[in-house]
This record gives sequence, structure tokens and C-alpha cells, in this order.
Amino acid sequence: MSETQSNYNYKVVRQFAVMTVIWGIVGMTVGVFIAAQLVWPDMTHGISFLSYGRLRPLHTNAVIFAFGGCALFATSYWCVQRTCHARLFSAPLAAFTFWGWQAVIVLAAVTLPLGMTQGKEYAELEWPIDILITLVWVSYAIVFFGTIAKRTVSHIYVANWFFGGFILAVALLHLVNSCAIPVSLVPFKSYSCFAGSQDAMIQWWYGHNAVGFFLTAGFLGMMYYFVPKQAGRPVYSYRLSVVHFWALIFTYMWAGPHHLHYTALPDWTQSVGMIFSLILLAPSWGGMINGIMTLQGAWHKLRDDPILKFLITSLSFYGMSTFEGPMMAIKTVNALSHYTDWTVGHVHSGALGWVAMVSIGSIYYLLPKLFGKQEMHSVKLITVHFWVATIGVVLYISSMWIAGVMQGLMWRAVNADGTLTYSFVEAVKGSYPFWTIRFVGGLLFLSGMFIMAYNMFKTMAGGNTADAPVLAAAGHHA
Amino acid sequence: MDINDLRSIVTVVSFAMFLGIVWWAYSRGSKQRFDEAANLPFAEDEGERVHAGPVRQEKRKTS
Repeated sequence: MSETQSNYNYKVVRQFAVMTVIWGIVGMTVGVFIAAQLVWPDMTHGISFLSYGRLRPLHTNAVIFAFGGCALFATSYWCVQRTCHARLFSAPLAAFTFWGWQAVIVLAAVTLPLGMTQGKEYAELEWPIDILITLVWVSYAIVFFGTIAKRTVSHIYVANWFFGGFILAVALLHLVNSCAIPVSLVPFKSYSCFAGSQDAMIQWWYGHNAVGFFLTAGFLGMMYYFVPKQAGRPVYSYRLSVVHFWALIFTYMWAGPHHLHYTALPDWTQSVGMIFSLILLAPSWGGMINGIMTLQGAWHKLRDDPILKFLITSLSFYGMSTFEGPMMAIKTVNALSHYTDWTVGHVHSGALGWVAMVSIGSIYYLLPKLFGKQEMHSVKLITVHFWVATIGVVLYISSMWIAGVMQGLMWRAVNADGTLTYSFVEAVKGSYPFWTIRFVGGLLFLSGMFIMAYNMFKTMAGGNTADAPVLAAAGHHA
Repeated sequence: MDINDLRSIVTVVSFAMFLGIVWWAYSRGSKQRFDEAANLPFAEDEGERVHAGPVRQEKRKTS
């Protein structure tokens, strides 16, 4: 394989793309497993490292950082090279981001079931792993911005702005929220630098911006590159994409307090969080419309291109969950929805419907190109995957909506004398059938990933892994 | 002037900056450079034709 400057670095993209599918299967399997535990609570016979509380953070970390993270690395490395007309900056550093990130994932898979955790949602990993994450992330930033610096075109394409914003914001979030005093190496143990409601606010400033920048800005970068490419036409409105970017940057950072409604957090902070969450509806829908309208004049492609089906359906789910999110951030709605399965349904409408589907579509776009093929081994299987996944998501989120609203209503119901109408376990009993439906929905979505893996390995077989040459200095094409 | 004045100023300046960005994005002067930027992902189509690379996308329409 040529390592000269005249070729794009496909190796690291290829590695991350393949691992996206592998970690997707792992992370979603853990998810289906813990969903099964809610249906069959005794299935693990009290084995501590298989308990729900230990595996649930493993599931969230695996799907967000392993599956989603690998998808972001693969697509950002592809996009930044192709739109900057330059080879990726520093191949050794890029290789370090791959192996370092895989090491983080493996360490997470070992430490979380052992019960080593900081106890902060989406930031559970203990301090030595946090240090490794920092090293990998700084290297990622150097590789990404180094490539932008050596670009041979004058413009920085909008997708790269989103990827760049995502990289910088996640660095900031990780450094602040993971600030901790280590107290032991074996086992890993540390205490947070913050305490009380400040700790809670910093955690949810982190938590919501992990959603806003890791799970949104990065994947919007994917959208702004792969939707136009797959549709074969430029983005609907480039000006709207610029406003979309800056509006997200200016508002997302303020929305975190909606995770702490009716807590010890000051009331005014809760209200600020609610207002900014409502404002977020505008840029989110602007971006969604921009993505979907890119298909204007080419709607027919949606009929027989399953990759485009994945991408456009993901945008529909993005629109749905970014409408639902601001509604749930309204304090009176939140009084009903918080701590119920409605939240779980909302998260999965975003995570499965938006994040996973846009990643799956983008990886299907990339795989044949990375292995020197014209298209995936079986385009028909992509269509099968699409329908299996879509039915899975719909089952998942509708069962969680019903269960969540029911739980909220049962918990708040009071008798005339002020006593609670239902005991907690009655709400659990009522939720039971919906947890079974959720398990089936998750299982369907996971099956889709196995179909994808089969298709991927068939596409890889006998593939040509030569790197494509970097485009000659731009400008010669007017 | 206490820290809260500073906080208010930062908020107002940020908002003004955002309005400035919107005005700049929709000003006539940005149109051409944005069109160029929007076509960046497609510049490679010219190169790929020569190198028998990945599947070529249908030729775009720039309208």
C-alpha cells in the first residue's frame, strides 16, 4: 500500500468503518440483553458482572462511543480528505487514534462489568481510561485540523465545520466533566472535583452536549457530506447550513439544565435550560429540512436506492426527536415524562432512528469504495436491512411512549384523601408487555446489523485495498 | 462592574454576533463562494473518471 502524499489515507477509514459494524453488533447485543433482563429478571441468576446496573453503562458506552465513535472517525477522516483534496495529516497519529480508541473500548468492556465507574452518565469510565481518551482525542484533533490546514482548496466544506465543532466541543466537555481526584489504581477509583448541585449541573452540561455535539453535530457532518453525495446534487441551501451550524453552536451549550427539572438546581437555571431547549427546535428543523430538500428534483431515487432510504429516514427521525426533545424540556411536560420510559423512547428515536441510521447509510456508501468494488455485495440485503431496522425502531419507540406515559400518569395519580392511587410495582406490572415489545424491536434492529455484517464481509472478500490518488491542485476545474 | 455585568455583555455580544453571521450568510456577496463550497464534494468526480475509482454518481445539476 502506498504511503506517499499523492494518495488518500484509506487504511484508517477502512479500519474504523469495519469496526463500526462490529461494535454496533456488540453494543446492541448488550442492549438487547439488558432489555431481556427487564422481561426475565432472573435470567442471569444474580451474577454480579451480568447485572443490569453494570451492563447498562456498558451498552450506552458501546453504542455511543464504540459504534457511533468509530462511525464518526471513519466518516470524518473520509470527508476531510476528500473535500480538502489532501492526504490525511500524519499517518502514524491517525493509526494511533484507531488503536488508542479500540483500547479505550476494550478497557470499558472490562472495567464497567467489574463495577469500576465514576457514576456519571456517559462519562462512567475511570481516570486512567479518561487520560487515554484525552490522548486519543488530542491526536484526533491534530490529524483532523492538520488536514484542514494543508488543504489545497480555499473553502472548508460545511461538513468539516460540523466535524470540527464536534471534536472541539467533545474535548472541552470531556476535560471538564472528567476532572477528578484519583485515589487508587487497583481497582481504578477517583472522586469528582465537583460536589452537590454543581456536580449535577456540570454532569448534565456534559450529558446534554454529549448528545448535542457527539450525537448531533458529528452526525450532521455525515449528513452534509453523504446525503449530497448519494443524492448526486449539492446541499439544498448552503447558507442555511452555515446558519444551522452557528445556531447549534450558540444554543446547545445552554440546554443541559432540562435534565434537572424540579431538582435542587436553581429555578432560573431550569427555566434557562427550558427556553434554550425550545429555541433549539429552529436550527434542528432547519438542518433537517436542508438535508431532506437536497433530494428536491430527485425524489425518485428514494424508490430504489436503499442507502438513500437510510439517510432520508434518519433525517425524519432527527426531525421527530428534535421536536419531541424541546417538548419534553417544557417543565410541565417534564413533570410527566421524567424518569419514565418516555425518555428511553425519546433517546432511542434519536439513537436508533437518527444516529444509527445515518451511520449505517454512510458506512454502506463507504464500504464498496474502500474495498475497490462498484457497490455492496448485495443491494437487496441493504433494503432488507432497512425494513428490518425501521420496523425495529418503530416497535421500540412506540412501546416506550405508551409505557412512559402510563408510568407517568400512574405515579402522579392521587386519591381524594391525598394518598397515591398506585403502588410502584403496579406501574412495573403495567409496563411488562411493553418491555417485551421493546425487546422484540431491539432484537429486530440488532438482526439488521448482522445482515449488514454479512454483506460487509462478502463485499470485503477479494476486495482491492489500494488508496485512491489525491486530486490534483484544485482550481483547474472551474 | 461586577462579574454579572460581564456575563450580560457576553450574552448580548454573542447574540449580536449570531445576527451578524445570519446577515453575512444571506448577503449577496456570499452567494458565489457558497456555491463553490457546496460543490466541493463533487470536484472529485472529475478525478475519479480518470482513475476508474468508485461508482460515479449521476452528474449533478447546479441550478
